[in-house]
Amino acid sequence: MSIELSKVTFTYSQGTPFERRALENISVSIEKGEIVAIIGHTGSGKSTLVQHLNALLRPEQGTIMIDGVNAAAKSKEAKAARHKVGMVFQYPEHQLFAETVEEDIAFAPRNKGFAPDEVKKLVQEAMRFVGLDYETYAKRSPFQLSGGQMRRVAVAGVVALNPDYLVLDEPSAGLDPISRKRVFQEILDLHKKRKLAIVLVTHSMDEAVQYADRLLVINKGKLMYDGAPSEIFKNHSQELRAVGMDTPHIYQLAEKLKAQGLQLKGEIMNERALVKAICEAKGWKYAK
Amino acid sequence: MLNNITLGQYFPGTSFVHRLDPRTKLLATMLFIIAIFFAQTPLAYAILCGFTLFVILLSRLPLLMVLKSVKPIWIILVLTLGIHMFTTPGETVVYQYSFLTITQEGLAMGGKMCLRLILLLLFSSILTFTTSPIVLTDGIENLLRPFKSIGVPAHELAMMMTIALRFIPTLLEETDRIMKAQTARGADFESGNIFERVKNMLPLLIPLFISAFRRADDLAVAMEARCYRGGEGRTRMHELCYVGRDYVAFAGVLALIVVLAVMRWGSPLIKI
Repeated sequence: MSIELSKVTFTYSQGTPFERRALENISVSIEKGEIVAIIGHTGSGKSTLVQHLNALLRPEQGTIMIDGVNAAAKSKEAKAARHKVGMVFQYPEHQLFAETVEEDIAFAPRNKGFAPDEVKKLVQEAMRFVGLDYETYAKRSPFQLSGGQMRRVAVAGVVALNPDYLVLDEPSAGLDPISRKRVFQEILDLHKKRKLAIVLVTHSMDEAVQYADRLLVINKGKLMYDGAPSEIFKNHSQELRAVGMDTPHIYQLAEKLKAQGLQLKGEIMNERALVKAICEAKGWKYAK
Repeated sequence: MLNNITLGQYFPGTSFVHRLDPRTKLLATMLFIIAIFFAQTPLAYAILCGFTLFVILLSRLPLLMVLKSVKPIWIILVLTLGIHMFTTPGETVVYQYSFLTITQEGLAMGGKMCLRLILLLLFSSILTFTTSPIVLTDGIENLLRPFKSIGVPAHELAMMMTIALRFIPTLLEETDRIMKAQTARGADFESGNIFERVKNMLPLLIPLFISAFRRADDLAVAMEARCYRGGEGRTRMHELCYVGRDYVAFAGVLALIVVLAVMRWGSPLIKI
């Protein structure tokens, strides 16, 4: 069960003077159940890459296989395979269109051909996941909600598809810090409960390492690194800095403390791990 | 899905023609169109064709691409040729079938008319190929300025055109993104009969309209915040000014006009 990209190359506006190579020879596989963060600069090709994951963009060269089915094909099987991949675009609240929240979330499962009562169940479940009370919000117009709530409706509209793979392109862009944390908490809960694969696109290293157990670093349309965050930081922090992507702040802080002689153990990728390691090193008692 | 749509036909470059002032190009195009109507003899047409070819080569545009811009009017060309062919009275009959008569004069006339149309189109295509829409609007505004006193809102017209042009690619991009988002949610924009298709378009059109209105609102606020109050007393970031090459271009087109005028009416200096 995986999405396999092999030797994918893609060029925008091919055959015009505006031609631009966005992806070059990218081979990567995303297994079910893992959380992968795709990180890269603006214009590095990360959004282009994720649009290939369910064949919204067809590769110029190379193939995309979703659970063994060629996703770019025109067959029914390919269509079903593409529906296994849920896509949450940047600023997904801009895609809302229906009169009520319920109608909007029901759009995807209805298109997939579920029966009305099943659709309702899926909508309720999706709304619960994103923390919107069904009774309160189902009959409201999505355009009367706040920005954060609109975004959650939009995410629910994709979650209701019951995807095996969920791709989120900058899900926290433009949100305040509290909403940001909430969105990620919901995604993590979803992952825990349904065991789906999460692909997270971001340009913030701090965000990427907090949630992902695998990191894909994209630079200028090429896959630079693929592996566990700690490995990449340990071995390639110089190269990352050279292309303008730094290691996360927490990691830098830990490195500096180590340089000062503090004996920190373990992989330090978030605040809690750092606090814990400092307590251990100092012999203090760690209390939650 | 929408990345095949190119707006206008600007083809970036740095040739002599590309670097000309937009006003020069607009005026030169107008002069050339006048010149076309001076032409009578085959030699005059040859000169016009030669001049057009020279400008195309000078602009370093792919020749084939420029020639292709004639394609959309082929039906007009066929009609023009047909009407002239059959309706021009003349002495020399080339072909006759019941009431249809093709005369040599008719053929010549039709050919001439078609050639005129083609030249007209080619030359204005060179203008749009070598000038970006925004720069072109700047030029139009500048040329319209003298007509302000008779109530032509030159600045407002140009501003509207600029904004429209500026936002067409943005809206296309937005359309593309919403289309993809809804496709990922299982929307189908490509099948069904006409009514189903229109209905299926709603998930695309509603978000698009909402975002267009939001953008218009934002833009209005942003313009007001920067004290925009129309064209009165407004200065420009890029002042247009004629330089040497513009005078060269004008000289070229004027020479062409003079030559064609002399060929048609004779020179006032020599005739006496």
